[in-house]
Amino acid sequence: MHKEAAIREPLILGDDVTYSKITDDVLHSIEHKPTKLWKILMTIATIVALWGVGSILYLLGTGIGTWGLNNTMGWAWDITNFVWWVGIGHAGTLISAVLLLFRQKWRMAINRPAEAMTIFAVFMAGLFPMIHMGRIWMAYWVLPLPNQFGSLWVNFNSPLLWDVFAISTYLSVSLVFWYIGLIPDFATIRDRAKKPVPKLMYALLSFGWSGKAKEWQRFEEVSLVLAGLATPLVFSVHSIVSMDFATSIVPGWHSTIFPPYFVAGAVFSGFAMVQTLMLIARKAMRLEYIITVKHIEYMNIVIIVTGGIVGVAYATEFFIGWYTGVQYESYVYMSAGAATGPYAWAFWSLIFCNFIAPATLWIKKLRVNLIWTFVLSIIINIGMWFERFDIIVTCLSRDYLPSTWRMFFPTWVDLGVYIGTIGIFAVFYLLFLKYFPVLAFNEVKTILKSSGEKYKNMSDEEFKKLHPVFKKDIK
Amino acid sequence: MSDKTIYAIYDDDYVLLESAKHLVAKGIHIREVFSPFPIHGLDPVIGLKRTRIAITAFIYGMIGVSLALLGMWFFMIQDWPLNIGGKPNFSIFTNLPAFVPVTFEFGVLCAAHGMAITYLLRNWTLPGFKARNPYLRTTDDWFVMEIHTSDSSLDAEEIKALINETCVVEIDEK
Repeated sequence: MHKEAAIREPLILGDDVTYSKITDDVLHSIEHKPTKLWKILMTIATIVALWGVGSILYLLGTGIGTWGLNNTMGWAWDITNFVWWVGIGHAGTLISAVLLLFRQKWRMAINRPAEAMTIFAVFMAGLFPMIHMGRIWMAYWVLPLPNQFGSLWVNFNSPLLWDVFAISTYLSVSLVFWYIGLIPDFATIRDRAKKPVPKLMYALLSFGWSGKAKEWQRFEEVSLVLAGLATPLVFSVHSIVSMDFATSIVPGWHSTIFPPYFVAGAVFSGFAMVQTLMLIARKAMRLEYIITVKHIEYMNIVIIVTGGIVGVAYATEFFIGWYTGVQYESYVYMSAGAATGPYAWAFWSLIFCNFIAPATLWIKKLRVNLIWTFVLSIIINIGMWFERFDIIVTCLSRDYLPSTWRMFFPTWVDLGVYIGTIGIFAVFYLLFLKYFPVLAFNEVKTILKSSGEKYKNMSDEEFKKLHPVFKKDIK
Repeated sequence: MSDKTIYAIYDDDYVLLESAKHLVAKGIHIREVFSPFPIHGLDPVIGLKRTRIAITAFIYGMIGVSLALLGMWFFMIQDWPLNIGGKPNFSIFTNLPAFVPVTFEFGVLCAAHGMAITYLLRNWTLPGFKARNPYLRTTDDWFVMEIHTSDSSLDAEEIKALINETCVVEIDEK
C-alpha cells in the first residue's frame, strides 16, 4: 500500500469514512428533494438571470448605443466583464490539470466544482464579445468560412481572432476534460437510482460505463494527457486575452509584461471565486470532511503566490510608467496620474482589494479562518474586476489630446448585463450542485487509504489486520 | 467443457489486488476486474498491456497543427493576401510568428477532441449504450473479478476453492 509522509495533514477527516459513505454523502443532494436553502438561492438567481436576459434582449434590439460608451471610450464594462469572467475560468483547469501533473492529492476534492465553475464562467465570458458585435446574428463572421465576398477571410494576424480560437478551444477542451471525469460518477448514480426517469437520464449520461480494468487504465491515461494539453492551454488563453491589449498602441495597454501578469491575475481571481463557492457548498452539503480546512488553506496559499506576482507586476508597471518619462504614461492605470486623477477611487480600490487585503493571508490564523477567507474572496473578486476596469477605462479616458478626455458612466443596461451574467452563472451552478456529482467522489476514494485520517497513521501491521487477504495462514 | 463464469466479489481494492496476485500465481487467468475507481498496480498482475491512447493524441495534434498552418497559408498568403499598414503578407515564413497562437490552439483542440473520441470508441462507451458491469454495486464499493473456466486448466470447483482461500465476500457463478 502507498503511504505518504506523516507530517502531511490528512485530506479526508473522520474515523468512520468508508467508500460507500463517501458515495452516500456526495450523492445526497441528487437523491433527495432540494433543500429550502437551494430553493431560495435558485429563486434569487433566476430573478437576477431574467433581469440579465431582459437587458441583453433590449441591448440586442436597440444596439450597443444603450451602453455608456463614447468616442473616447470604445471599450468599457463589456470587455472588463469579459476578461473578469475568463480570469475566473482559469482556476478550474489549473486545479484539474496543473495539480494533476504535480500529483497534488488535494485536487481530488475540489477539481469537479472548480471545473464546473470554469465552464460556466467561460460561457459568460464568451457572451460579451458576441453581444459587443452589436449584430450577434453575424457572430459566425469571426470564423474562416467561405463567403460571397470573394472569399474574404478573417485576419489571422489579429489578436482578436486569436482570442476566438483560444476561448473556443479552452471552453471545449475544458468541457471534454470535465465530462470524461464525470462519466464514471454518472455510472454510480445510474446504478443507485431507483426511479425510472433518473435511471434513464443518468444511464444516457454515463455512456454505459462499466468500470472495467481496461476502461480505468485508459481513463487514467486520457486524464493525464488531457492535463498535459490543458496546462499550456491555461497559460496561452489568458496570454492571448492580454494581447488584445498588449499589441495595441494605447499607453498603459502597450506593455510586454501583460501576458504573465494576466495569467497570474486570472489564477488569483479564479481561486478567489472557488473559495467563495466552495465555502458555501461544503457547509450546505455537509462535506466538510472531504473539503477540509486544509484544502481551503492550500487554496489560500495559491492566492498568496499569484497575488504576490500580481503585486510585483503592479509595482513594475508603476515604475516603468514613471521611468519612461513619456507624458502619456503618466496617466495610465498604474501611475501617479491615476492615483490622484478622477479615477483615483478605482485605483485605490484596486490597491486595497488586490494588494493590501490579500496580504493578511500571510498570517496562518487568518489563512485558516473560514469567515475571513470568505470575506477576502469576495474582496478579491471585486478587486480583480477593478483591475480590468482600471486597465481599460482609466487608460482610455486619458487620451493623447486633453480635448478628447472623457469619463465613462455606465447605464442601466451596462449594469443589467453584468449583474445578469452573475445570475445566469448562479443558475447554472445551482443546477450543477443539485443534479451533478458535485465532487469527483470516485477519485476521492482512491486517496482514502493514503490520505484519510483513519489510515494515515496506521502501521503496516494494523493495516493488514484490518484488511486481511487470506482467511487462514497459507504460504 | 462448458464455459462457466465465476465472479469473486471483494469489498476492498487492496484485498482484491493481493488476492489477484495469489490467484494468478496459482495459474488462474483473470478475464476482467470491475471496480468503482482505478486500482493502481493491477494492470500488470492481470496482464493488461499499456494503452497506446497517448500516441493517438500526438497524431491528432500533429494533424491539427498541419491543418492550421495549411489553412492560414491559404487564407492569408495564397488566396487573399492582406496589406495592413503597409505590411503585406509575403510568405508563411515571415508571417509565422503571428500564426503561432492559432496553430497551437488548433493543435490542442484536435489532440484533445480526437483523443477523447478515440477513448470513447475504444471503451465502447457512447450515449445510449448499456452498461456491462455484473453488479450494481461495482460502481460504489464492490470490487469484482471475472474468471472464466475456459481460460485455465482448472475446473470451476478448483477455482472456487482457491478463491475461497482469500478474504472474498461472495463467490457467484453464472
